[in-house]
Amino acid sequence: MSEHQYEPKSKIGKWFNDRLPMLTLADHLRSYPTPKNLNYWWTFGGILTFCLITQIITGIILAMHYIAHADLAFESVEHIMRDVNYGWLIRYVHANGASMFFLAVYIHIFRALYYGSYKAPREVIWIIGMIIYFLMMMTAFMGYVLPWGQMSFWGATVITNLFSAIPFFGESITNWLWGGFAVDNPTLTRFFSLHYLLPFLIFGLVILHIWALHIPGNNNPIGIDIKKPSNDTVPFHPYIVIKDLFALLIFLLIFAFFVFYSPNILGHADNYIEANPLVTPAHIVPEWYLLPFYAILRSVPDKLFGVIAMFLAIFVLIILPWLDTSKVRSAIFRPLYKQFYWFLVADVLILGYMGAMPAEGTYLMIARVATVYYFAHFLIILPLLGRKEKTMTIPLSITEPILGGMPNQSMTKNDQKFKD
Amino acid sequence: MKIFLKILFFLAIIILNYNHKVFAAENNSLLKQDWSFKSFFGKFDRASLQRGYQVYTEVCASCHSMKYLSYRNLAEKGGPEFSEEEAKNFASQFEVIDGPNSDGEMFTRAAKLSDKFVKPYNNDQEAKNANGGAYPPDMSVLVKARKGGADYIYSVLLGYEDPPADIKLDEGVYYNKYMYGNKIKMASPLSDGIVEYSDGTKATQKQMAKDVVTFLMWSAEPHLESRHRVGFKVIIYLLVLTILVYFSMKRIWSRIETKI
Repeated sequence: MSEHQYEPKSKIGKWFNDRLPMLTLADHLRSYPTPKNLNYWWTFGGILTFCLITQIITGIILAMHYIAHADLAFESVEHIMRDVNYGWLIRYVHANGASMFFLAVYIHIFRALYYGSYKAPREVIWIIGMIIYFLMMMTAFMGYVLPWGQMSFWGATVITNLFSAIPFFGESITNWLWGGFAVDNPTLTRFFSLHYLLPFLIFGLVILHIWALHIPGNNNPIGIDIKKPSNDTVPFHPYIVIKDLFALLIFLLIFAFFVFYSPNILGHADNYIEANPLVTPAHIVPEWYLLPFYAILRSVPDKLFGVIAMFLAIFVLIILPWLDTSKVRSAIFRPLYKQFYWFLVADVLILGYMGAMPAEGTYLMIARVATVYYFAHFLIILPLLGRKEKTMTIPLSITEPILGGMPNQSMTKNDQKFKD
Repeated sequence: MKIFLKILFFLAIIILNYNHKVFAAENNSLLKQDWSFKSFFGKFDRASLQRGYQVYTEVCASCHSMKYLSYRNLAEKGGPEFSEEEAKNFASQFEVIDGPNSDGEMFTRAAKLSDKFVKPYNNDQEAKNANGGAYPPDMSVLVKARKGGADYIYSVLLGYEDPPADIKLDEGVYYNKYMYGNKIKMASPLSDGIVEYSDGTKATQKQMAKDVVTFLMWSAEPHLESRHRVGFKVIIYLLVLTILVYFSMKRIWSRIETKI
């Protein structure tokens, strides 16, 4: 919170603000002191807010034309693509928007991992973020079911069947989820209902996420606590707003490229075949953003333990603030952690690739090694690293390294690399 | 500026590689065609679409339905763009069951522009029964429903050949080197001169395959031309705005002593 108390100039403004301090809130958002050394990896928060709002708006319009019924869903999507004015545009923005949303959220998460943004005093921001991420995956999964193509149907079948691994109650739970004895119309209608509901929960959580952020303030590439406001900060508006806008526009260029010139490249061709419970596609593959978890699920030979491993993969992220024992936040000052960080990035990419491949032979072996490494990173390497690692000297303020007080030249270089 | 140039450079690479990457990389062994609807300004070849419709009605339509298209689509902008009269004529060659009328009776009438393409079979079972147990897939979105898209369909149409010695085929099954699993229950549908084009184009097997695939691409993506047009405008708009915002950002940040 800014130090000075905001006082509206006009009388009516003061009258209103005394009753509902919205103007104080607006002033807080405007003048919110932000570290001035934030690099472009920090612009993804704004980009994600944009993505969420885009998904909600396009989704509401699509829901006006879409029919949630097993016999009519596929046809209604074609109706949107053919007969609704600019329906193709709205649907392609929504479908590719989901992918862009996940692309942005992965960059956002990996930025937090690199700069230690999840550490005290920002644990709550991180946990809320992880809940948002989890809800995003659920929402995206249920959204993918709605067009009722082959991948929709069989993806839903595979994922809901996971719950049958639960001992004793498994079968009753899956029947309860399906609303019947197989994925069918009741499953579709409830997925539609939840797919409409969850984004608004996400929206609420985003507000909490930002609120929680505004208590300690932004982390920064150097990862030190700074005085706010001070020489080290700039007001949110106009400095951060214009920078976020610039980054958003670059992001939109890529987004537009997908929407207008290869709208189906991120989807699966089989989803343009209407769902048919009697024909199983050769490979059932989830959307790309779920692939690392899918790989973890399949690399465990036992179904129940596979499901547990998959949920644990997300759970270790939630408890990450307590797994990472290092007091130093930014990887810039943690030479060893920096190495392991890039190993983790590579590991997750490998898992993603293996998730798209058939689970057999060499693929399966690599996926298993990658799964073990994923958990080892969080459960063994991070706790040990905090105790053993020799970190570099940390500057006292942001202005210090900029003004030439940097103790080690190589660090400046690294910092620079991430700025670009 | 460095980041800006880097990003633009990156974008340029994506865009320049677009033709090769996006469409071609899928399956290298497929037969390639220089489709007019690919690329940034890609449009359909109008004459090819019209010929493609002819091939569809005279050859494919005896087994394959196209249930999401209406006869009015044939006269719409961005499609084959037949005149409304021509489209009406095409429609009137088909019969649909309508009703009930005021007597409560169903009746048959000639199809109108607003009707969907008439299906060759009354139901899936009849379709299967007439085709040796294989269901001829609906062709409305067929191009998008197959990996490899237009190139794949084109290749399958031209991919019939005698089976290798080690493969034994059942009665009514044919060998096709591009089909998944190489076995297909549809006999080679196109042969030279099977249709007679009214515009004088020679109806070779390749020509017909190209025309009908163009038609199928349009039927799967009827707003493709509009999409390319709007997309170009959007990207130009975004580019200009990005440049303006970039310089505003430089100006604003120059007030304080830090790099951006």
